[in-house]
Amino acid sequence: MVRVPKRLRLVGYRLLQAIPVLIGIVVVSFLLTRALPGDPAVYFAGPAASEESIEQIRVSMGLDRSLPVQFLAYVGDLLRGELGQSISTGQPVLTELTTRLPASLELTGFALLFSIAVAMPLGILAATRPNSWIDHLCRFVVTAGVSLPTFFTGLALVYLFYFLLGWSPAPMGRLDILYLSPPHVTGFYVIDALIDGDFETARAALAQLILPAVTLGLFTLAPIARMTRAAMLQVLEGDFIRTARAAGLSGNKVLYTYALRNAILPVITTLGMVFSFALGANVLVEKVFAWPGIGSYAVEALVVSDYAAVQGFVLSMALLFVILNLLIDVTYTLVDPRLGMED
Amino acid sequence: MYRRDFLKGVSALSVGVGALTFLKSMPALAARNDTLVVVTGTTINSLDIHRSGTNRPSYQVAVNCYDRLLTFGHKQLEDGSFSYDYDNLQPELAESWDVSEDGRTLIFKLRDNARFWDGKPVTAHDVKWSFDRAVTLGGFPTAQMAAGSLEEPEQFEAVDDKTFRIRLPHSSKLTLPDLTTPVAIVINSEVAKVHATDQDPWATEYLHRNPAGSGAFQVERWDSGQQLVYSRNDDWACGPVPKIQRVIIREIPSQSTRRALIERGDVHFSQSIPAKDARELEAAGKVKVVSTPIENCLHVLCTNLNFEPFQDKKVRQAIAHAVPYEAIFNNAAYGRGVPMWGGDSTKPESTAWPQPFPYSQDLEKAKALMAESGHADGFSVPLSFDLGQADWAEPTALLIQEALGKIGIKVSLNKVPGANWRTVALVEKSLPLHLENFGGWLNTPDYYFYWAYVKGNLFNSSNYDNKEIAGLVDETLYMAQDDPKYAPNIRRMIEIAIDDVPRIPLYQPSLNVAMQQNTGGYEYWYHRQLDVRPLTLKQD
Repeated sequence: MVRVPKRLRLVGYRLLQAIPVLIGIVVVSFLLTRALPGDPAVYFAGPAASEESIEQIRVSMGLDRSLPVQFLAYVGDLLRGELGQSISTGQPVLTELTTRLPASLELTGFALLFSIAVAMPLGILAATRPNSWIDHLCRFVVTAGVSLPTFFTGLALVYLFYFLLGWSPAPMGRLDILYLSPPHVTGFYVIDALIDGDFETARAALAQLILPAVTLGLFTLAPIARMTRAAMLQVLEGDFIRTARAAGLSGNKVLYTYALRNAILPVITTLGMVFSFALGANVLVEKVFAWPGIGSYAVEALVVSDYAAVQGFVLSMALLFVILNLLIDVTYTLVDPRLGMED
Repeated sequence: MYRRDFLKGVSALSVGVGALTFLKSMPALAARNDTLVVVTGTTINSLDIHRSGTNRPSYQVAVNCYDRLLTFGHKQLEDGSFSYDYDNLQPELAESWDVSEDGRTLIFKLRDNARFWDGKPVTAHDVKWSFDRAVTLGGFPTAQMAAGSLEEPEQFEAVDDKTFRIRLPHSSKLTLPDLTTPVAIVINSEVAKVHATDQDPWATEYLHRNPAGSGAFQVERWDSGQQLVYSRNDDWACGPVPKIQRVIIREIPSQSTRRALIERGDVHFSQSIPAKDARELEAAGKVKVVSTPIENCLHVLCTNLNFEPFQDKKVRQAIAHAVPYEAIFNNAAYGRGVPMWGGDSTKPESTAWPQPFPYSQDLEKAKALMAESGHADGFSVPLSFDLGQADWAEPTALLIQEALGKIGIKVSLNKVPGANWRTVALVEKSLPLHLENFGGWLNTPDYYFYWAYVKGNLFNSSNYDNKEIAGLVDETLYMAQDDPKYAPNIRRMIEIAIDDVPRIPLYQPSLNVAMQQNTGGYEYWYHRQLDVRPLTLKQD
């Protein structure tokens, strides 16, 4: 009975902490975008623009006003829930984020599922048998995963599974041209198609996901495997494990009930880090697989000094980080037996 | 869950899959036989070419979904491929047109049977509204209309429903060709006016997402950042109705992926591929590759006259003699395009443009010219290029860096991100030595000279200022090509450009397009967009 309010208090406290962070982000992202080199008015005035037409564009973009005035206008828009219009894609930033963020989340989510499925068993096995062949395999996979650039793994996988073998569907984004996107519910195509009861489209969306998710997963499994191995090694040397073994508990019971549960905390932290990192950093995977995600959107926007889009991206990522950290903290209290029993 | 319930669920699930596969895939597969799939690396950001911020790849919507008053016919090139024909104006929305004696009044008769997609007949009032819009909105459309001396709404008049009149301040050979450009489209003004507001009298917000035209294709679907789907307008009156029912334009940012898709045969067209891929795909022989030299376009090395050493003509000529043209053509252009070096004479015999300049790599001559100049000891200079053009500019820059080192000019490389490029290179014109790739839509030499050799104009990034060229351009720009003074004027411009070399031509680039063997009807256009209207697909 005492646990619930305590957890609620934790969540509320965490949310309060996020407010100054968000205000800071709004200010910094505004200033940073203005500090970008390049003049968006010139860029968007088009190929044969004269000085006059560049000036017309500048006025229409509101860039002729002073910085404080621009900032106030921006904050005013934010308070009304408007993120502005992205000039490079011609769409409202909010629309772009709501269609692209799920695409990135879907990709990153599947990638993370894949890497957890591979990395955790690998890490556990490596920790229980240090310096055996499986430990070396773990080390090899980890090193290869981090050191191979994702665009290379991506292209290699495309070459092998699409170009040579023809097993994988054409890497043309979230759905093959034969299919229409399912009605929007969550923005995750696989889930939306399942909700719609359209299993064929769900299967097609899943097929499109496999290669990019594996590419990204190969990259993200390294920190997870390393962390699992390190944490398990440390825990397995603990006194309570020796006691458990001495008490005659079975190997599996010791390993999974006592060791893993204690070792999983740093792994969860790593997972959170990897997830948020991968979300913004999978630009190259998105490019190779024509995935309409948020990373490539942000990079394109940055390149052409598309202020509204960059600010919207930074802000949404900041929000996502805050939420993710909150989730991780809450998960901690669920997983760590010590945290719940303090009262 | 009980095991029995679970199994029941599973069997229901598999039945569902079977039925749906049948239902959903059949129409899709049937449709695929007259559907073309095109991949491009760039994103379409608007369906309205007049809107500010609309990027180049979006011009294709204007080409395919709207009609202009006029268009160009087509001609076969030496390599058997087809191109539009600048010398052959053809009617599109106008069924006929008249030019007055003094060339200052143009009268167009519109087709009787031309209708917008909503069934409303196309009238001269729509033409007037659309042209007014193009010259009023500012930015690129206004600048492009001005190239044809179309600057004020007062110039346009709807005489009656089917007669449209343009008045010009002076006659100009550029006006009629300018009416074929993707900017001079005719919009359904009644639909647009319904969506116009006080802040947005030209309905830019509506037309940005909802084209309203009379063209051969309609936009069926636009998933920004992913794809654009055209479907045929069966009632198109301004040309032969397209053979293809539906065209899907898919945006695939990675060039390697685009190449894999076209090689595997999953897509029909890959637009604007790098020269390297063009050569390799052609050699592999699986797909057709068409490379068309881009008219009125040059890849040039620009020497900025604001940079002190480049004010010396001898230095500029020395550089023109030091550039390794052949190596650049082979390693940056992969042999695609037209060489623009090694011309015969410093006095041009023809008005052809672009034409080879009489320079070729001759390091002895270059060293001698450097010794004669005021900079015998050499100097250091950064060579800048646009990162967005890196596929040809980077190898070119490296080769130039090496060659100029041999005549005592120390070159450092400066890569400028695409967004910055326009500002520093074209607007501020602050780059001492840089690579540039201007091409003019309207295919006359004086049009190129107007943009690239007249002080203050956008593409004159060399800050070149020559009174005689400026005077010649002024005199020639609107002059008819059969005027007796036209050819001598052009030859004189080229002669000065050769002698002064503020812009050193490297080669004329090609537009490379890869397509499946069973496709046909591809035509090169000066706007470099894929005109999907004449395309065909042979059934296998």
